[in-house]
Amino acid sequence: MPKLKLPVPPMPGRPAPKRPGKTYGPQTPREHGREAGTSAIGWIDERTSLSGGARWMMFRKVPKGTNWFYTLGSATMFAFLAQAVTGVFLAMYYDPSATGAYDSIRNINNEVFLGEFVHGMHKWGSSVMVILVFLHMGRTFFFGAYKYPRELNWVIGVVLLILTMTMSFTGYLLPFDQRSYWATIVGVNINGTGPFVGPYLSDFLRAGPDFGATTLSRFYAIHMMLVPGAIAALMGFHLYLVAKLGTTAPPWLRAKSPEKLREEKVAR
Amino acid sequence: MNKQQKEQYLREYGILKAEGKPFFPYAVAKDSLMAAIVLVVIIVMSIVLGAELGPKADPTTTTYTPRPEWYFFFLFELLRVIKPPELVPLATIGIPTIGMILLFLLPFYDRGPERRPERRPIATLTGIFVVVAMGYLTYLGASAESPTTISIDPPANVVAQGDKAVATFNSGAQVVAQAGCAACHKLGHSGNDGPGPELTDIGRRLPRQAIERTLINPTAPMPSFAQLQQDAPQQFDEMVTFLAELK
Repeated sequence: MPKLKLPVPPMPGRPAPKRPGKTYGPQTPREHGREAGTSAIGWIDERTSLSGGARWMMFRKVPKGTNWFYTLGSATMFAFLAQAVTGVFLAMYYDPSATGAYDSIRNINNEVFLGEFVHGMHKWGSSVMVILVFLHMGRTFFFGAYKYPRELNWVIGVVLLILTMTMSFTGYLLPFDQRSYWATIVGVNINGTGPFVGPYLSDFLRAGPDFGATTLSRFYAIHMMLVPGAIAALMGFHLYLVAKLGTTAPPWLRAKSPEKLREEKVAR
Repeated sequence: MNKQQKEQYLREYGILKAEGKPFFPYAVAKDSLMAAIVLVVIIVMSIVLGAELGPKADPTTTTYTPRPEWYFFFLFELLRVIKPPELVPLATIGIPTIGMILLFLLPFYDRGPERRPERRPIATLTGIFVVVAMGYLTYLGASAESPTTISIDPPANVVAQGDKAVATFNSGAQVVAQAGCAACHKLGHSGNDGPGPELTDIGRRLPRQAIERTLINPTAPMPSFAQLQQDAPQQFDEMVTFLAELK
């Protein structure tokens, strides 16, 4: 039976349907203004075809039974974005030199408007992000979500975990107070005991055999350019694979067999 | 997973996905609420805990305690738990590296089709064990404090040498305490037992020159005291004297 489509009743506020014979599209400047948003998006879409991708991303289906555990990944990404935003504001006032670093952080804490608040958000945000990374990884592990076909996404996730730890290791030195300075020396020394690459890695981190003036700026460059760029790129790829393969259903959920569905239909 | 199991998984997942709801707005709403909670938690932590700054870093100082960020405590505690010096590289690099490799390769050696945690007892129990072990080590690291005073009475032969030797011994003990040695070494009743070896009777095991050499050119991860020797040779000398007298 062909589907019958009921005519839409006229609603208040809705523009009257177009009649044949009338010219289409906005005519008056007022109509143009009303459709400015749509036409701007249309202009971009005509040149990029991004709307298909956006529709693919936003209107993909999420399996039945998806619960709050599945928000941990996006929460991690949000924590990273918060770190990026607060980090940009801290970078505006920070001076990555052995002589000026400590004083610039003290200036942020004591003089800059909301300085200590943003510094605190960045400091504690790192703890929150690490916790979320581990919770997200725990969920993936215990739900068996790393299995076929999502093996590659697990591997990317482990790389992201290591990069997150690198962020916190390099960021810990930047305030350049006693605690961060000596903890970083011990940390770099521990790296140096590693097999094969260990000594080279610690020489690279220190910018030489000793902890010198360039060490701090090297840590700063790694902390605010190298690693965040890598994290953002890998996070994008991680997210693309999530959208492509779909989020897992909770492992104890079983799909009703399609045969049964067919039987039910026949019986009815 | 063989080909048939893979196909069955994809078929079943396809059905579950078709029964699901669109990402926007259902999942987006949940994710947004979670993001708001994360933001509130960060803001509250920032307001309550602040971002205090310790004293300025001073490479020439002798007073410091190397303390990493709390989520590295479990790695640091691993050094404390593993005692014998020949196994220390295993703790510093071996176990973390092996753990990382195992983590990387997880989907390649765990290829079974089963996903329910209660039907994967080995994986689930291993996971719980790792979580508990890391939590316990973090707790140990958080509760380990490094004393800033060392109370060791001067031994009899130092007392016999007269007041000057006793004074040198005591000021040496103070330098060692301020230098944070007790964070990693046990000295009598003070200090943490590990990662470094016990120093209670170091003078019996090592001659004075060897102690001096170790302080200037230590084995990792111990930091070097060469700077102290240059800047304050007297303090450094007291330190060496104190350690050499511990018998």
